[in-house]
Amino acid sequence: MNPQPAALSDTAFAFCFVLVLLVPLAPAGLALINTGLGRSRSAAHSMLSSLCVVAVAALVYVVCGFAWQGYAGHVSYVVRAGGREWSWIADEPLFLRGLLLQVSPVPLAVWLETLSVGLAALIPLGSGADRWRLSAACLSTALFAGFTYPLFAHWVWGGGWLAQLGANCGLGRGFLDAGGAAPIHVTGGLTALALAWILGPRRGKYGSDGMPSAIPGHNAVLVLLACLLAWLGWLGLNTASAILFSGVGPERVVLIGLNTTLAAAAAALAAAALTRARFGRPDASLSANGWVGGLVAGSASCAWVPPAGAILIGAVAGALVALSVEWLELRLSIDDPGGSVSVHAVAGIWGILALGPFTPYPNQWIAQLVGLATLLGLVLPLTYGLNLLLDRIHHQRVEPEGERQGMDLYELGAGAYPEFLTHSDDFLR
Amino acid sequence: MRLMGFLFLLAGWLLVLAALVLLKAAAPMAAFIVAGIAVEAVGLVFVARTYLAPRGDRE
Repeated sequence: MNPQPAALSDTAFAFCFVLVLLVPLAPAGLALINTGLGRSRSAAHSMLSSLCVVAVAALVYVVCGFAWQGYAGHVSYVVRAGGREWSWIADEPLFLRGLLLQVSPVPLAVWLETLSVGLAALIPLGSGADRWRLSAACLSTALFAGFTYPLFAHWVWGGGWLAQLGANCGLGRGFLDAGGAAPIHVTGGLTALALAWILGPRRGKYGSDGMPSAIPGHNAVLVLLACLLAWLGWLGLNTASAILFSGVGPERVVLIGLNTTLAAAAAALAAAALTRARFGRPDASLSANGWVGGLVAGSASCAWVPPAGAILIGAVAGALVALSVEWLELRLSIDDPGGSVSVHAVAGIWGILALGPFTPYPNQWIAQLVGLATLLGLVLPLTYGLNLLLDRIHHQRVEPEGERQGMDLYELGAGAYPEFLTHSDDFLR
Repeated sequence: MRLMGFLFLLAGWLLVLAALVLLKAAAPMAAFIVAGIAVEAVGLVFVARTYLAPRGDRE
């Protein structure tokens, strides 16, 4: 059995409840960002996919996801190695059976997790935009929410072996992540990378010489407004997660909110300044990606770093995102319309590593490295293998005709903007 | 090459697990963990290179 988490007072419970109410704004923002950065002829498909993915993720998580993730202090399977016990998967009943849905941290954590897993499942939609079939996205989400996410979330938030690194190996307080940079964003970002590889680039993205052509997002206003919505959602997510999963006291909520805001602000300005320096003008979509990248990078450390640290983490994240988007597209032939890999995987990895030097716990940075090694060495092959298997059973990419017509007409039978003319930069290829 | 890349990723992770189980002192443990991540980085490069080759449309 894992260590028992601290109980919440009635006031702290009510406070967390209100914070969790803010969290749906994060997936709403992410869905709008993915849609705005995609083509106009796939906009309705993107939003419907977002809704379906969030729905599938919540249902599957309740059916079996929580059974694998569990909660710190609950029963789990352990392996004994090196004279120590390592919790590797939870042992909860399916369908939340036996869970008392009353005023206590566990049901609140389950509710928060049904929202968090939806947020994580939305991330791959950004990389698969304009070519990922709706049915395939739902099936892939079921695999993600039913196994990949809960497994890693147990290790970090459910008292699993990464959380035990402090007690078992003397590595700080074990792997720390207050807001979910690793379990939510890096797992989602690595799944986005796997899907970008499996789906391949959009038709016309790369010429015969291997050079990419620009396919700009169709609605920058939607993307920038969504950044502000996501910010509100992140404030709730980071604070509630830190209290419910990392044992952070409610007295730190102001620090968490401030750090979350500062990281996003520094990241957006860094991305805008970098694109201004490189291209002569700030780039709206990259600055928006930088903002979200700052939110992601700041999530891991928001409860422990001083505000100046959050600014540094955010600024580096913004620059990393802007450079990474270009590098992935130009050098690695990865067509990621929503910038999901850069925003969630790259910025998230930076966030979990940056936490180490800012905490006073000895050898914390080694625990963070172990978390990174697990994400790259296990989560990426696992999510790639599951999606490749799914692709063999149920082809994930739409037919070429679907890309030519647009996902809206091909899969839904109607477009998102029937009264508007097709954009000149969004012609049928 | 792609399969080898994923095997490298897994091998790097197993190296990290072995360091956690077998080593007690922080310095050698950190060295082995960094080595494990380096092996993973090699695996990642292998996998990424297999997706570079057909640089045109993939359907």
